[in-house]
Amino acid sequence: MAIGNPLQNLFGKSPIKPLQEHMTAVVECAEALQDFLAAAIADDWPAAEEVYNRIYTTERHADELKKQLRLHMPSGLFMPVSRTDLLELLSVQDHIANRAKDIAGLMLGRQMRVPEALQGAVSEFLAASISATQQALKAINELDELLETGFTGSEVTFVEELIEHLAELENRTDILERHIRHRLFKLEGELAPVETVFLYQIIDSIGELADLAERVGGRLQLLLAR
Amino acid sequence: MALFAEFGQTLIILACVLGFFMAWGVGANDVANAMGTSVGSRALTIRQAIGIAMVFEFLGAYLAGGEVTSTIRNDIIDPALLIDSPELLVFGMLASLLAAGTWLLWASMRGWPVSTTHSIVGAIVGFAAVGISPAAVNWDKIWTIVASWVVSPLLAGIISYFLFRSVQILILNSAHPFANAKRYVPFYMFGVGFLIAMITLLKGLKHVFKDIGVAMSFAESAFFAAIFGAAVSLLGTFLLGRVQKDDVADRVNRFASVERVFAILMIFTACSMAFAHGSNDVANAVGPLAAVVNVVKSGAVAGQSSMPSWILLLGGLGIVIGLATYGFRVMATVGKKITELTPSRGFAAELGAAATVVAASGIGLPVSTTHTLVGAVLGVGIARGIAAINLRVVGTIFMSWLITLPAGATLSIVFFILFKAIFS
Repeated sequence: MAIGNPLQNLFGKSPIKPLQEHMTAVVECAEALQDFLAAAIADDWPAAEEVYNRIYTTERHADELKKQLRLHMPSGLFMPVSRTDLLELLSVQDHIANRAKDIAGLMLGRQMRVPEALQGAVSEFLAASISATQQALKAINELDELLETGFTGSEVTFVEELIEHLAELENRTDILERHIRHRLFKLEGELAPVETVFLYQIIDSIGELADLAERVGGRLQLLLAR
Repeated sequence: MALFAEFGQTLIILACVLGFFMAWGVGANDVANAMGTSVGSRALTIRQAIGIAMVFEFLGAYLAGGEVTSTIRNDIIDPALLIDSPELLVFGMLASLLAAGTWLLWASMRGWPVSTTHSIVGAIVGFAAVGISPAAVNWDKIWTIVASWVVSPLLAGIISYFLFRSVQILILNSAHPFANAKRYVPFYMFGVGFLIAMITLLKGLKHVFKDIGVAMSFAESAFFAAIFGAAVSLLGTFLLGRVQKDDVADRVNRFASVERVFAILMIFTACSMAFAHGSNDVANAVGPLAAVVNVVKSGAVAGQSSMPSWILLLGGLGIVIGLATYGFRVMATVGKKITELTPSRGFAAELGAAATVVAASGIGLPVSTTHTLVGAVLGVGIARGIAAINLRVVGTIFMSWLITLPAGATLSIVFFILFKAIFS
């Protein structure tokens, strides 16, 4: 008898929890790269493949979450944040997972070896990029508190601080990236040219993880600034 | 009249059965809407909600239901035209009850969100305008009622918006939300108690006071209402004292402890909502019943007469039985669907709606509790308080208005002609 109950149909499914779940899965993908790189440096390709499969599954899971979220946001939904902003935020988040999968996929496919002189620096660079994505997740996890306060007041200031810190982290990865590229340039003579080209590409992609994380922060800022 | 001498008893029993059935329907279906917000926000378990609803629906119906009942009974139809044929009013009211009941049953089975209030008003206007004469309808009153259907959701939305904004400013955005919640929530509790006591003293208890020969001025009423509000607030403060800050839950969501404070407040707003609902919606069932009893007993269409309290009692009982036999199941379904509503929002929506509905009851306007609550929820949503609101529901509500009024009217015309043929 209560099928047409207006109150029951009034409440749509909140997009916030799924968005946070998606970001959690995305960051898991990025974090797994650390294990992947360790296996690649150790030249243990079976182990690397295992990690790649883990990244692949998690990325698929994130994709599924993304699809579900999009399906649950019909245009008649009235939300405290703009629907377009939310969907774009989701899309940027999703890019992080894709990028992580691409990095692992490319390295696995070519069984790429990081030159010994660069191994420490690349690990550090990757860790910095991952911590940028973790910081972005931290900001996204504040969304329910933001909703609680109606996107006003001290909570907004708090999230803005998180986003500022995220920008600093991203800036650090830029500096690290520049150093690594310079060192790789110095090594170019000793390496096979094709190898070098792909190493540049991997470095670029790792840097992009942090860029995307910062863009998540930027999108979140847009969400707040309504 | 010969008709009343012969069939009087039958007509009254028929009216009682139909009125009771309507009250049962209100209890089975509508109460879930009034209480669903409390269940959904997990401030109350279903069992507690049922208990509160039973007590306060009944109190609302019995103590403050008189004004709206009298509107339904006396003010929609102009009795001047019916002095020579009081039996038409009896047939019409019976037809209206049957029409509204049939329509509600049909609509509920099809899953349409229709309002009890709109059905009964549509039915009464229908039989009077077509069965008797358009002049028999008190059109001024009808327009006031229809206007109140637009105004009540708007007003509830505005009140809820400002209530929730005040919560944001005073509590959620402050440096110490938990301490401030404990400090300010008793004031909201005072408001709840004051509001209900004031309306009850000013309007609802009229018939009780008249019986015992007490008259109260506005200032006296305000004084006693303030005392009642203070008592409610004291009781609330006592309950709040038992809420402790939970650091573990706060780590997941920084406002978890604050919401526990609001959950206590919601117990009080749930009471006020049940009271408001009982005071307004009981009239849909017992208004026509009261009219029938009055005419049959006196044999004439009396303008204004006192209403026997057993009629309000019967309506209150019907609501409670409807709740106990079927309403709890509806409440469980509704509650499950609206878990997105936290106590701090749920309270703002409930109090805004309850204030509007109780005020409408006080001035004798039959409004739809559910629609008012929808308006209140939208008000909280506009304050950026709710994650997702399905605006299509607003469209379906407008559709249900457009369908319910003519449907109730048509059915009541048919039943009216039928009753006329059977009894005369």
